[in-house]
Amino acid sequence: MAVIKIRNLVKQYGRLTAVDNLTLDINENEVFGLLGSNGAGKTTTIHMLATLLKPTSGTATVNGYDIVSQSSKVRSSIGIVFQAPSSDDMLTGFENLHLHAMLYSVPRQTRNKRINEVLELVGLADRKNDQVKTYSGGMRRRLEIARGLLHKPKVMFLDEPTLGLDPTSRESMWKYVKRLVEEEKVTIILTTHYMEEADMLCDRIGIIDRGKIVALDTPSGLKAGLGGDIIRIKTKTHDADNIVKQFDFVQKMERADGFLVLSVKNAKRALPVLLQAIEAESAEFASPTLNDVFIQLTGRNIKEEAEGGFMEKYAKYD
Amino acid sequence: MQSTISVEDQLTKIYAIWLREFKVFLREKSRLVASTFTPILWLFVIGSGLGSANPSTVPGVDYQQFIFPGIVSMSIIFSSVFFGSYIIWDRKFDFLKSVMVAPVSRGSVFVGKSLGGMTTSLIQAAILLAIGAAIGIHFTPLSLMQDVAIILLMSFGLTSLGLALGSYMYSLEGFQMIVSFVVFPLFFLSGALFPLDKLPGWLGILTAVDPATYGVDAMRNAMLGVGSHPAMLDFGVLTAYTAALGLFGIYSFGRMKAV
Repeated sequence: MAVIKIRNLVKQYGRLTAVDNLTLDINENEVFGLLGSNGAGKTTTIHMLATLLKPTSGTATVNGYDIVSQSSKVRSSIGIVFQAPSSDDMLTGFENLHLHAMLYSVPRQTRNKRINEVLELVGLADRKNDQVKTYSGGMRRRLEIARGLLHKPKVMFLDEPTLGLDPTSRESMWKYVKRLVEEEKVTIILTTHYMEEADMLCDRIGIIDRGKIVALDTPSGLKAGLGGDIIRIKTKTHDADNIVKQFDFVQKMERADGFLVLSVKNAKRALPVLLQAIEAESAEFASPTLNDVFIQLTGRNIKEEAEGGFMEKYAKYD
Repeated sequence: MQSTISVEDQLTKIYAIWLREFKVFLREKSRLVASTFTPILWLFVIGSGLGSANPSTVPGVDYQQFIFPGIVSMSIIFSSVFFGSYIIWDRKFDFLKSVMVAPVSRGSVFVGKSLGGMTTSLIQAAILLAIGAAIGIHFTPLSLMQDVAIILLMSFGLTSLGLALGSYMYSLEGFQMIVSFVVFPLFFLSGALFPLDKLPGWLGILTAVDPATYGVDAMRNAMLGVGSHPAMLDFGVLTAYTAALGLFGIYSFGRMKAV
């Protein structure tokens, strides 16, 4: 069942189209990744779904409520973690959560219990009485997650949850997101421009480019779309080409820089067979990554894109 | 969903916003110390310094006592307008966004913030009132009640003004503009430091449109029994200004973009 239905959603800033006629369903209890480079329209989309921005045209419903005409009900249905931490530095972690528990109408009787529950979930229970200004970047991000969960939302938006974190904090963040999926019944929409993040966390991924969804599938589905694995072998065996050609798992074969380059469905199974048939000096294989998928779809490498979120900045000054 | 429309729920949300402001105020000790110290400096340095030149203000009231209501107003002007325009920081650090995305109306956020501004102004004014007693101002229960009413009216109006101005500004540089073009003129033109009776025409007009003028004069009436206008006129104009600034604040706050 779709908990979010987006229909022909458009957001324009002057002549610039940030979100271009987007139509998309997001199912209940899935982890959905919006993957795209900076300025692709991810954050603009999230802001519209979270009722912070009005769409230029089109509609969307979140938990059955219209994002324009029933914005208050949409807000009660969602939790959100922004790109930049937004807690009050001067307050403690607990106080920040207490403030939001009141804003989200968490009943007085269950307030403290729920706050401690979410603090436990993100591993901040022992730091709850420290001012947020003493927290590390990763801890701040986790506090935001806890805050977003206070009122048991149906949908949780995580906008670039690991942007700017060091590799260790990033991995621990992934751990907490996974835990969140297991312990709280919540649909997660995550935006990221980190391929491995999307690959590891998401059930389905929508690749967004220039405001449009250009591909939509499971991570493995997206990768499978590129064909199978690639094997590169350097061999001295005379007649290796003809020997290799006989195997019917070899989908494609070419010579490049003295290497035999083969496309196969499953390299792990094919490689031992090949190595028995021919004498190899070296052999390597690689599975396609989401990055390969992205390059093929957009003609650009996501990692080469400049940081900065041009569209987001532009949106701020509108 | 019944709960979101209940009165108690709305009050809880307003309380939440107010509580945050109050806690931040208590923790930012440097802000409290600085904003209390400046008026005291004015009271004693300008009050004694200019006072030694025997300016002919009002017979029977020494200059330091004469400017005391003006210095209390100064503290309210500075703390209230600053408090309101701190919303620029809230936005800069995305705190505002996290409140805007919560199921709470702009009106409730506005009221919670205004109450926060009134609380901080009242605390700072209370410190000054205690100092006033020490320099020979005689407070009666009635005059104290009038003072508190004036302080609350002024601080609500000026916090609203700060919130309104802050809601139109997207960079921290805007804050400097507010200081130069709003805060200082409000103070200097209020008659805090001079009597209104013998001013040149142009200055008389400017002081007459400054809302703070009526706060200063109302307090001078209450504390010293001397004023340029009748007390009822001061209260009337101050209330009208406060209501107008409140409406301007709510309007501006409501049309502010969330992101």
